Amino acid sequence: MHIPDGFIDLPTSLAFIAVSAVGVGVALKGAKSELSDKTAPLAGLATVFIFAAQMINFPVAAGTSGHLLGGALAAILIGPWAATLSITIVLILQALLFADGGLTAIGLNVFNLSLVGVWASYAIFLIVKRILPSNKKAIPAAAFIAALIQVPIAASSFVFQYAIGSVATIPVSTVFTAMFSTHVLIGIGEGLITALTISAVLATRSDLVYGYRGQSRKLEIKSSARSNS
Amino acid sequence: MIPTAPVGQAKSKHKHHHGHDVGERLYIHRHTPIHALSPALKIASLLFFLFVVVATPITYWLSYIVFFSLIISVILVAKLPVLTVFKRSLIEIPFILFAVLMPFFGTGESFVFLNFTIYEEGLLAAAAIVAKGTIGVLGAITLSATSTAKDILQGLERLKLPSLMVNIATFSLRYINVVSDEMDRMKVARQSRGFEARGIRDWKILGSAAAALFIRSYERGERVHLAMLSRGFAGNLPKLATEANSQRDLLVAASLPITALILSLLDRLVI
Repeated sequence: MHIPDGFIDLPTSLAFIAVSAVGVGVALKGAKSELSDKTAPLAGLATVFIFAAQMINFPVAAGTSGHLLGGALAAILIGPWAATLSITIVLILQALLFADGGLTAIGLNVFNLSLVGVWASYAIFLIVKRILPSNKKAIPAAAFIAALIQVPIAASSFVFQYAIGSVATIPVSTVFTAMFSTHVLIGIGEGLITALTISAVLATRSDLVYGYRGQSRKLEIKSSARSNS
Repeated sequence: MIPTAPVGQAKSKHKHHHGHDVGERLYIHRHTPIHALSPALKIASLLFFLFVVVATPITYWLSYIVFFSLIISVILVAKLPVLTVFKRSLIEIPFILFAVLMPFFGTGESFVFLNFTIYEEGLLAAAAIVAKGTIGVLGAITLSATSTAKDILQGLERLKLPSLMVNIATFSLRYINVVSDEMDRMKVARQSRGFEARGIRDWKILGSAAAALFIRSYERGERVHLAMLSRGFAGNLPKLATEANSQRDLLVAASLPITALILSLLDRLVI
């Protein structure tokens, strides 16, 4: 569910298109320097994964269910540069193909989810990882907190846009209270799913988790030869 | 072939709008001028049209009659089935629900209707959100129903979306069916072992499934990359083939935003 056309006024929408274009431009540079010619196929398949993972239904209770949003998951699995690109492409395709999110509102949606969502989650992830003891178990815990906090932050970013350029008459404070409280709940679900998924990837292919880079133990070669004295 | 029927699984994938066979399922093949239009022009035309719509205050309701007539005539010229267009437009329901709340908020002029205070300001804002949102949704539906996903990527490339983004999007659309089929097979496998997701305690299993899907997608990406290298890939994909736009295409594409712009300006300045 993304912001449709005409929900936020034209000047604000245009301003956020400019801001998002700059942000995505920076991410393009970052991703290129990091992944080189591997970028397109790997980021492409990661994007497909985010698309597909959003289709998995997580039942909550009494017939309700939710699905993954994927910003934090993408940032921790493939790194914030590539995640910014992946989520942006998910948003562009959703707007062009499924009419989910307005074409003129694309800058607003990219700002909230690809820029604020991805980078907020990665920053929180790094901070929490630094606080926790540096072992493998800390990664899912940091992922949980990052994904949990990221969702209400992205929602607040929407409220910020609403405050600047909304045509609606519902007071900003009311929108903020409603958005923030529901998104804290959504965030708890998002955090759980993200942490469970990350810990399962860590168990089998920890080398694929960007947020775990450089932390795996160096192979120690222990010699069996004993001194004979 | 693995028979998928005996599990008695309702094909839940069709319930979700992200659906299956992304490119092919949305495209509705017809021979019309709208389908024939170059995708870049189609996207640009729609974008400018929507900018005109979003820039017009809802109080110029004559303009909105024009906007709706324009987008509906495009749908009719494209010979799109009305029911399908309607079904796809249900995506905007959450925002309509938000709009329904708005007349109860506001300041200034108000009247009482069935014991509720209705604010005119809120009523207008609600009308604006619904009208603009609906036109946007109808426009995007027309775009994806009259152009294949590959066409849309071509259009984006022509509109100077950075080539890395176009390439990532191309890979995404190329592999979305492969990966979502893989996901469905994993779901069938889980069900055939008696698993049914009922509540939060089942999330661990779904999380492992998502993880397995990620690893398989990533490894597929690596295999694809190696296969490309072995076929001489040096870092640049060939451009998607595009033809030059004819003068007539340009005229057809421009007619939508320009008609909207002129008529709405007339409405604002003259009437």
